[in-house]
Amino acid sequence: MDAKAQRLVWGETLTMLGRDDDRILVIDGDLATSTRADIFADALPEQFIQGGIAEQNMVGMALGLSTLGYRPWLSSFSVFLTHRILDQLRMLVSQTKAPIRLAGSYAGLLNGASGKTHQDLIDLAIMRQLPNMTVLAPADAVEAEAVIRWAAEHDGPVYLRLARDPVANIFGTDYTFTPAIPVVLQDGEEALVISTGVQTVRTSEALRLIAAEGRIFRHVHVPMLKPLSTEALVESIGGHRVIVTVEEHSIIGGLGSLVMEHLSDAGMTATVHRIGLSDGWSESAPNPFLLEKYGLSAERVAAQIRVAVPAEALT
Amino acid sequence: MRREGKPPAELERIAREARWRVIETVASSKAGHVGGPLSATDLLVALYFSQMRIDPTEPMAIDRDRFILSKGHSAIGLYSVLALRGYFPVEELSTFDHGNSRLQGHPDMLLTPGVDSSTGSLGQGLAIGSGMAMAAKRKRLDFHTWVMIGDGEIEEGMVWESVICAPRYGLDNLTAIIDLNGLQQYGWPKSEDDRWDRGEPMGHVDLGAVFEGFGWNVIQIDGHDFEQILGAYAEAEMFRGSSGKPTAILARTQKGHGVSFTAGTYKWHNGVPTAEQLDLARAELMGGGR
Repeated sequence: MDAKAQRLVWGETLTMLGRDDDRILVIDGDLATSTRADIFADALPEQFIQGGIAEQNMVGMALGLSTLGYRPWLSSFSVFLTHRILDQLRMLVSQTKAPIRLAGSYAGLLNGASGKTHQDLIDLAIMRQLPNMTVLAPADAVEAEAVIRWAAEHDGPVYLRLARDPVANIFGTDYTFTPAIPVVLQDGEEALVISTGVQTVRTSEALRLIAAEGRIFRHVHVPMLKPLSTEALVESIGGHRVIVTVEEHSIIGGLGSLVMEHLSDAGMTATVHRIGLSDGWSESAPNPFLLEKYGLSAERVAAQIRVAVPAEALT
Repeated sequence: MRREGKPPAELERIAREARWRVIETVASSKAGHVGGPLSATDLLVALYFSQMRIDPTEPMAIDRDRFILSKGHSAIGLYSVLALRGYFPVEELSTFDHGNSRLQGHPDMLLTPGVDSSTGSLGQGLAIGSGMAMAAKRKRLDFHTWVMIGDGEIEEGMVWESVICAPRYGLDNLTAIIDLNGLQQYGWPKSEDDRWDRGEPMGHVDLGAVFEGFGWNVIQIDGHDFEQILGAYAEAEMFRGSSGKPTAILARTQKGHGVSFTAGTYKWHNGVPTAEQLDLARAELMGGGR
């Protein structure tokens, strides 16, 4: 599959699924041309519901529709789904266990230069606190399609983190998604690097840069942050005691925190270095500028890994 | 599914008993709201004992009429009516707000037979009802969705998202009952034309004009007069499938109605009656003495 934006994969995949399953509805918060819900709307107008710029009402309608057998997807920018309507998600989705899916588009730092008001840097931290909520952050277009297909069948609430812009595919067409299980992308003698979402693709690239120096790191990707099998995570760590986590997300409450929680549950000790966004605000700028300034480009990630795990420390 | 269709005189008797169950339960649980449940009692009794097509032995029947108590803190009012209607034993009311009870402080659709939606955080019920009404239209199911909203509650912005959206989808199978009891927990400073001891939540708003302006049918009634209540419900049912618009019933009520010491005061938004007050309430509602 060519590199394709996850939002586009979402619009196309859901359209395919919706043709064969009339329980699938999309409720749009008037952002369809951005989130690519417009693909679904054009193909399946009877299954498309315009909710208007009224996200709170959208959640309530989704619950009402779900009580009669529908499986609605709410489509908006993730920042509106995870922040603006958190109370409704808590009351009407988490508490009720309803099969409502939240397609959080434009998640993370890169949102087409819309800037800090529309960047969602704590969505994973928020959503994984909600009881009964499944949290997904696919790496590329291939995995995005796989998790969308899985989510459509899941009998409970799902939050899906979707990136606006394309990244290179790291998975082949033979990729199979397994819920709650991390994916080992590469084995290595050096320390372990764990990443999630599209940042996994830039992390792979960073590890290739470091590999040119003769240092091969083990690399694990976490596509489903919740539920996450502690046992499977520990197995994926492969005995390493120095771990670097990388995420396009705040280092508070995201993947790095999650990894430490699971290590603690398992009674393991390890040194964990968290690479991600610090406790602050970002800005409006083109993607390369943001990735560079906020430390998430392949080069910047590689540099931070070199500092966190100096070559001499492991020899 | 069938309507119970009880006449006004019978509804009045049931409403007195429902009010008594509210007071008795709050007194024994030492927790709960009183004023809101009592203002809503007559509207609830008329729904469950006359208007709604329901069957307590089949609380999840697909073609039942739905009811959502958006003002979820009046849960004990709903539970009392559900118990009297036969959804669960009246004795179970004594478990209200106790550990391991099916009767939570706010309605829980996963726990309580007859509760069609979880509510509690204010402003959400009309959106849920809109989804149910929309689903009924899509599936060509023949049922009516009723949502009860408090007049303090409509200060929540989310309500107005739903008020704007529902007419767009022609949800004439959706009726909002606004319990205009004139008081909220503490409320606003009193102005000259306010009826009670605090300022009314919507005292400065012509709600009828507002709902009409948003494209709703509007019916204005005295929410303690069963003839008027049943008339309004029948009219709303007549609008279903014919008007293309959702209906708002603006029901003038009195907070704490039916019991002398709770009526018309914000101070009984919540509270626990003393033994003497309990005796007085029993005498006023059920007759006789201790």
